[in-house]
Amino acid sequence: MLHLPEAVHSQMVAHCLVGLPDEACGLLGGDPDTGEVVTCYPTRNLARSAKLYTVDPKDHLRADRDAESGGGSIIGVFHSHTHTDAYPSPTDVAQAPDPAWHYVLVSLRDICPVVRSYRIVDGTVSEEPVSLRPL
Amino acid sequence: MPVTVHLPTVLRSHAGGAKSVPADGATVGEALTALAVEHPGLSGQVINGDGTLHKFVNVYVNDDDVRYLAGLDTPVTDNDQVSILPAVAGGAVPLPPPLQV
Repeated sequence: MLHLPEAVHSQMVAHCLVGLPDEACGLLGGDPDTGEVVTCYPTRNLARSAKLYTVDPKDHLRADRDAESGGGSIIGVFHSHTHTDAYPSPTDVAQAPDPAWHYVLVSLRDICPVVRSYRIVDGTVSEEPVSLRPL
Repeated sequence: MPVTVHLPTVLRSHAGGAKSVPADGATVGEALTALAVEHPGLSGQVINGDGTLHKFVNVYVNDDDVRYLAGLDTPVTDNDQVSILPAVAGGAVPLPPPLQV
């Protein structure tokens, strides 16, 4: 299960909306053992595309250092799908970097953004529940 | 003094769970090759068999991505911090079909 503070949920969705018409992306810092997210790290999308994203490696390094210095680590990544469902694409699955990570999709296809989270292990996608923690 | 190599979570199991490990070398490539000798599980994870940097890995010396420096030939000196992180990418477009040989 992924535990999201409402503030992180809002930051993710806002970053994705600001990124339109391109896909937007970012990293999630927190506790890898519990799935508790503590910090949202919005990152630049180097691909600058409505159909692809690449987390800026410099932003990744900064986020990783910050998360590790706080005793946690990067435990997942989020990105938007501007015109499709909140479900990992074959590209997302093929390039999933870490089986321990949480993969959060923010679909902006409809008026209300849809946020869903998945685990991707050896090419197999499984959805996981997302709990929102009040501010 | 060797350089310190910071490992991503996905590779730590190959180095006994360590977050960072020391490695000797005059360049990033030498340090990473030495690391793979000491921890064979890391072999092929960062540097390909042909000696090039793995496509889905980013390597940094201190704050700089080595792809914007001299790649694996980037020189390192004592106490440099070498960081390895996975390249994080994806998107909504499907991958092209595999090549038919």
